[in-house]
Amino acid sequence: MPAVSFDHVSRHFGAVKAVDDVILDIAEGEFFAMLGPSGSGKTTCLRLIAGFERPTAGDIRIFGEPVADLPPYKRQVNTVFQDYALFPHLNVRDNVAYGLMIAGRGKRERHAEAEAALEMVRLGGYGSRKPSELSGGQRQRVALARALVNKPRVLLLDEPLGALDLKLREQMQEELKTLQRQLGITFVFVTHDQGEALSMADRVAVFNEGRIIQVGSPEDIYFRPEVPFVADFVGSSNVLPEALVARLAGETCPAAIRPERLRLTSEGPLKARVTGLSFLGLSTRVSFDAEGTRLTALLPQDVARPREGDEVALSWAAEDLHLMRAGQRANPRAGA
Amino acid sequence: MTMAQTTASAQIGPSEGVLTRLSDTLWRRPTLLLLILLTPPALWLGIIYLGSLFALLLQSFFSIDHFTGLINHEFTLATYAELFTPANFDIIRRTVGMAALVTVASAVIAFPIAYYAARYAKGAWRALFYLGIMMPLWSSYLVKVYAWKLILAKEGILTWIFEGLHLTWLLDAYLALPVIGGNSLSVSPTGTFLVFVYVWLPYIVLPIQAALERVPTSMLEASGDLGAKPAQTFRHVLLPLALPGVIAGSIFTFSLTLGDYIIPQIIGTSRLFIGQAVYQHQGIAGNIPLAAAFAVVPIVIMGVYLWIAKRMGAFDAL
Repeated sequence: MPAVSFDHVSRHFGAVKAVDDVILDIAEGEFFAMLGPSGSGKTTCLRLIAGFERPTAGDIRIFGEPVADLPPYKRQVNTVFQDYALFPHLNVRDNVAYGLMIAGRGKRERHAEAEAALEMVRLGGYGSRKPSELSGGQRQRVALARALVNKPRVLLLDEPLGALDLKLREQMQEELKTLQRQLGITFVFVTHDQGEALSMADRVAVFNEGRIIQVGSPEDIYFRPEVPFVADFVGSSNVLPEALVARLAGETCPAAIRPERLRLTSEGPLKARVTGLSFLGLSTRVSFDAEGTRLTALLPQDVARPREGDEVALSWAAEDLHLMRAGQRANPRAGA
Repeated sequence: MTMAQTTASAQIGPSEGVLTRLSDTLWRRPTLLLLILLTPPALWLGIIYLGSLFALLLQSFFSIDHFTGLINHEFTLATYAELFTPANFDIIRRTVGMAALVTVASAVIAFPIAYYAARYAKGAWRALFYLGIMMPLWSSYLVKVYAWKLILAKEGILTWIFEGLHLTWLLDAYLALPVIGGNSLSVSPTGTFLVFVYVWLPYIVLPIQAALERVPTSMLEASGDLGAKPAQTFRHVLLPLALPGVIAGSIFTFSLTLGDYIIPQIIGTSRLFIGQAVYQHQGIAGNIPLAAAFAVVPIVIMGVYLWIAKRMGAFDAL
């Protein structure tokens, strides 16, 4: 039985289709990422699971139980909010123990459990502080402890790392992943950061304009995008238009090719002019204008770099040109 | 002329106006600016406002010679002791009780209004809300009080409505009650209470609304997410976070009721409130020490009130 399942779920706000006909199964114990640009419906989907929004159509089930009529306080899910939403008038211990207090547990018991949860997120001994006395990363951990102490069957995370700086974010990614493996709880994670989704999730759903465009493993999403949007948004892949693909590969569909797979040669199937170079450290990013299509390549530093304005030819291994055949979009359930 | 000279004359040349040079001077000396800005209000507050208050308080430590009616300028606590005579203490008890009831009722009425305005009202509705709250403040206080007299009088609108609904017996039964009843609503403590609540309501709605607007929606959602039913969210999250606003508003309703001497004079029984007592003692009776001592009572009560509020954590979320 899936932990969460969406059956043709829509959430419309007047004319705005925030979530439009979404079909989705999230398996128990899975680390599932919802990835998409802002306004793509991923957060609304999360809020639908939490119960802060109600679907205008369709059926949502949590462990088989229809939840359309269940208010948030009756659902066995907990949320880590984007702004953490820690209660400013309570200290850290009482924040973490809030759910237990509501559940009617005794003071000693809930404080002991809160302290254990704080230990788990490596904030043991911080219980008496106020949230305002903590750093962003610490608040994030408190929010995590406050959700996990209730032993939810599904944990929802709404861009939880968005407000942290890069170093802390990478560290938290590791920790979240470890925590999820240890606890075995289903994590549903919303992010607009493709790197975050790819590095942490078992499976990723890519959202655009209220719909799920593609669901699959990070490798699927990254190497085998089914539509140009995914290729562009997730991997910053080069998208070759149909006409070009028809000439190069004899197929009438768009194709994607990863920037690190493009090679510069003297003779090749595609002529291009270098329009810009930027030094990235590990590699150099080169932009091209290839017969009107903008392409980028990542060149290792040991390869001779072209200069701006150079006329070059591009080539690639046949298997690196990923064809995105229209209409071949698989049922999102197939990936489960 | 060299380049340096040109630049120098462009910066502090004689062609610049007095205002520009003044601005430059103030920019270079921010302390001077602060001094200029703060001196007038500090003088106003210090001398005219606090000074006169202290002059009044000083009076409360004098006493009046009841035979000659002259003020005896010797320090004594006798005037304060007079506050505790049954007649005077009754006035204090009545006023504080009324102020407390008015404050609680205002808070109960104001909270849903403020909540709606803070969370749901948008655009034109929001403007309408502010207009509805503020407009009663535009008209004279006396006009409103006399309007209420017409509403509450024996031949007034309310009596007429009760008659129309064949509920006169209910009104009569209510007016027959001891303490809160009277000959008609306009001469009953209930009438005084209603008008106080009406007149002070805006002063408590606005601070509560400001406090509620600062509570992020996600905090209420988080509470529900952690299992709290709406009533529990109200009790454990919304109310504590709105409490500074409620306290701020209640300071207005409480202290305004404590000090008012016009409403109880026009509407209600002939029994005195603190404000009326102050008015009569300093004006008619010429007993300024006792008037001053009465004036100290609301100050002490407000001090105690704020101290309790702080002890209860009302300002923790600030």
